[in-house]
Amino acid sequence: MTFLSISNAVKTFGSNTVVKGFDLAVDKGEFVSFLGPSGCGKTTVLRMIAGFERPTSGRIMIDGRDVTDIAPNKRRIGMVFQAYALFPNMNVAGNIGFGLKIAGMGRAEIDARVQEMLDLIGLSHLAERFPYEMSGGQQQRVALARALAPKPQVLLLDEPLSALDAKIRVSLRSEIREIQRRLGITTVFVTHDQEEAMSISDRIVVMNGGRADQIGTPSEIYNRPTTRFVANFVGTLNTFDVTVVDPGRGHVSLEDQALMLHASPLSAKAGETLSIALRPEALRLGRCDTHEATLPARIEDVHFMGSIIRLRVMMAGVSVSLDTFNRPDMPTPLPGSMIEVSLSGKQAIVLRG
Amino acid sequence: MTLDASASSADTGAPRPRLAFGRHLDWNWLGVVPFFLFAFLFLIGPVLYLVVGAFQNAQGQFTFANILELGSPNMVASFSLTIRLSLLSAAMGAIAGLLLGQAVILGGLPPWVRNAFTTFSGVASNFAGVPLAFAFIATLGRLGLVTVLLRDLFGINLYASGFNLFSFFGVSLVYLYFQLPLMFLIIAPALDGLKQEWREAAEILGASRSQYWQMIGLPVLLPTILGCFLLLFANAFGTLATVYALMGSGFDVVPIVLFQQIRGNVLYNPNLGYALALGMVVIMGVSNTLYLILRKRAERWQK
Amino acid sequence: MKKRFPLVAILTALFAASFFIVPLIATFYFSLKMVRGELGFAAYASVFGSAAFLQTISYSTVASLIAIVIGAVIIVPTAYWVRLKVPHLRPVVEFISLLPLIVPPVVLVFGYIRLFGSSSWLPLTTTATGTDILLVIGYVVLSMPYMFRAVDNGMAAIDIATLTEAAESLGASRLRTIALVIFPNVRAAIISGAFLTFSISLGEFVLASLLNRPAFGPYLVQLGQDRAYEPAALAIMAFGFTWACMALMQLFATRKPGQRWLPRLTKPAAQRTTP
Repeated sequence: MTFLSISNAVKTFGSNTVVKGFDLAVDKGEFVSFLGPSGCGKTTVLRMIAGFERPTSGRIMIDGRDVTDIAPNKRRIGMVFQAYALFPNMNVAGNIGFGLKIAGMGRAEIDARVQEMLDLIGLSHLAERFPYEMSGGQQQRVALARALAPKPQVLLLDEPLSALDAKIRVSLRSEIREIQRRLGITTVFVTHDQEEAMSISDRIVVMNGGRADQIGTPSEIYNRPTTRFVANFVGTLNTFDVTVVDPGRGHVSLEDQALMLHASPLSAKAGETLSIALRPEALRLGRCDTHEATLPARIEDVHFMGSIIRLRVMMAGVSVSLDTFNRPDMPTPLPGSMIEVSLSGKQAIVLRG
Repeated sequence: MTLDASASSADTGAPRPRLAFGRHLDWNWLGVVPFFLFAFLFLIGPVLYLVVGAFQNAQGQFTFANILELGSPNMVASFSLTIRLSLLSAAMGAIAGLLLGQAVILGGLPPWVRNAFTTFSGVASNFAGVPLAFAFIATLGRLGLVTVLLRDLFGINLYASGFNLFSFFGVSLVYLYFQLPLMFLIIAPALDGLKQEWREAAEILGASRSQYWQMIGLPVLLPTILGCFLLLFANAFGTLATVYALMGSGFDVVPIVLFQQIRGNVLYNPNLGYALALGMVVIMGVSNTLYLILRKRAERWQK
Repeated sequence: MKKRFPLVAILTALFAASFFIVPLIATFYFSLKMVRGELGFAAYASVFGSAAFLQTISYSTVASLIAIVIGAVIIVPTAYWVRLKVPHLRPVVEFISLLPLIVPPVVLVFGYIRLFGSSSWLPLTTTATGTDILLVIGYVVLSMPYMFRAVDNGMAAIDIATLTEAAESLGASRLRTIALVIFPNVRAAIISGAFLTFSISLGEFVLASLLNRPAFGPYLVQLGQDRAYEPAALAIMAFGFTWACMALMQLFATRKPGQRWLPRLTKPAAQRTTP
């Protein structure tokens, strides 16, 4: 059931409309990510939920209560900022206990809750440290604990990982997800990193130009993008122009090879050209029974990435990316060599607009 | 011999043979010799001379008598007057500068207001000395324009109601003219350093505006404010020209007493003058050092 | 924390502004009232007509200019050398350059009089020229903190070490490096420090008075005791002078090396930016 809802939110700064009618319903305990390029309005929506920005029009409800006109300090929301924003004059325990102190909780109660939070983030040994004495990753965990300590109804995370090193970013993101699951707290996470959004979320809201382009699970967003923007923004795409043969059955042809598309009937008529897209991992090296088409290709470039090898190949007149698993017993493909690539219409994404 | 070495290794710019490194000879320090020589001759030497003299009697024998002499009633009165004056003017400058900074930088005024105050403060904080005293005499002296205007237009007689420019409070008001802008200039970076996110983080955790200032804003600023206060204190303590032009030689702040002593041996004992100078340097040194320490601490917080 | 009309802020700013401006207006107005019953520039005419004014101000101008040159000659190579070759001496040099902030001028000149007096190994105060030299040296010392800061900042802005290495790898000797690469790049910083020095030393009172030099500062004090309207006129001119020095200092301090004095009239070719 819906716990947090934003209905028809619009935000205008001067003559610039940053959010243009945004709707979202988040279930209790759900983890939702706002994904989009900078300037898409994702942070503004988050700040409207927090109460730092008042929507020009539209309503925001939390747990059945209309909070649109309620001040941030009365909303019972926890928030984690990109630049940690720990209070520099307080140590870790002081930071985590701040919200509890404001709420007028007793000394003993605060200490107990702070200890609980320290255990949760695994930093009990650093309770006396000051922010400037800690690494970025540690600071951000403290910021998370500080936000969670007063048991907020909703947790907002504003690009909390972007200031961190790549390795810590990955470990902290699974830690955040684990803590969120354990507490069952409704969470909104803002990021511009699609891999981050994919790995952490129950649902993703892909935002573009102040609107939600698509709302769906990570696999829906990745495998069935509904707009060209979403398809391009999330992951790598290889685009092919195909000729429609039989729109009713989803039958098209690429270089005289027949492909049966997933999404039938097609909107285009027979003989017309259609754009389809295939992810790098949907292209198979060599001939394959499950893939109905096989085309000759020439390797242009090889990027060895560890567990996978990404090839840049020229096929059907376009340069495409192709992923294949690394196999220690096989020689690495060489640039310039000719290969065969198989593809299947079922894995193709039909692009509109 | 050393000078020759400096000429060949440092000044000509010829690439030095690798041998020099092999023999662990480092002549690079010679490049800063002129600076150290100058500083020793014309800065450290003269001060050291006074410091040593402070512990000697007229015959050049070691004694604490001069230092003890600083405890005599008129010396104590002089130091007390200077310290009180410096404390008052530093406190006024610090509070007024902080309020102005808060209003102009964080108060939601358009940026040009801040720019105007910054530019003006750069000038005003350097506009000390004799002309400043003249300006205040022309403004708030007995025949000063504001004094006369208040009397003629509003019937307020400033001097009858207890105000006097040529008084303890009057002097500190004149000092405020360079203390306030100095405070504004040095507190501005600290006010900029108060991150927007701290306020938002406090707010979303339930804090009100006054709770934010009480628990985060002021504590974060405190080392900077204290440091700036000490800097203003030292600034006032060393001021001579302004107060001399305003009050003449009869106002017994320490710099004027020393000035008079140098001029005409007002003090009976010249070595007492050394002790006086030592006292000034110690007070200025301590407050400036504390200022630097506090600034370090504040910078640590504002990363 | 809703955005509201910043009434308190506006009142504070207005109050501060009037504290700053009222004395200037009052002084200016006062300076115009020399001739009873009318407003005019008689006080200014009187100042400029005075031989003592012209003598003292030229004396102080010359002393300040020499102090600037000597200061630059001492500080610039030192700052360069410290950055380039002896960075471990940096804290010491920086500390010494800041010392004049804790040694009040009155103490400094007291030391000079004692150390370089008639019985000294270097009896500078016994001759007029010697005392002039001492005054100039005193100004160099007083301006050292500002000069060092300005030059050092200027050098920090252009990464002196890499520039020197680049020049040397291209075959330039060290002297040529300094003359052709380093100096032009820190020239603005030096000039910026020079204007601050100028504004400090032109009206300086304590050193000049105790060394008994015919400088502008002691003249000002004397004038303040003798006259009423001329001091006001001089205060206004001094403020204008300080303003000009600060403006020029700011201009040079923020000027980038190679920046033009006037904006280009034609648009420069679009620069390629690296992504």
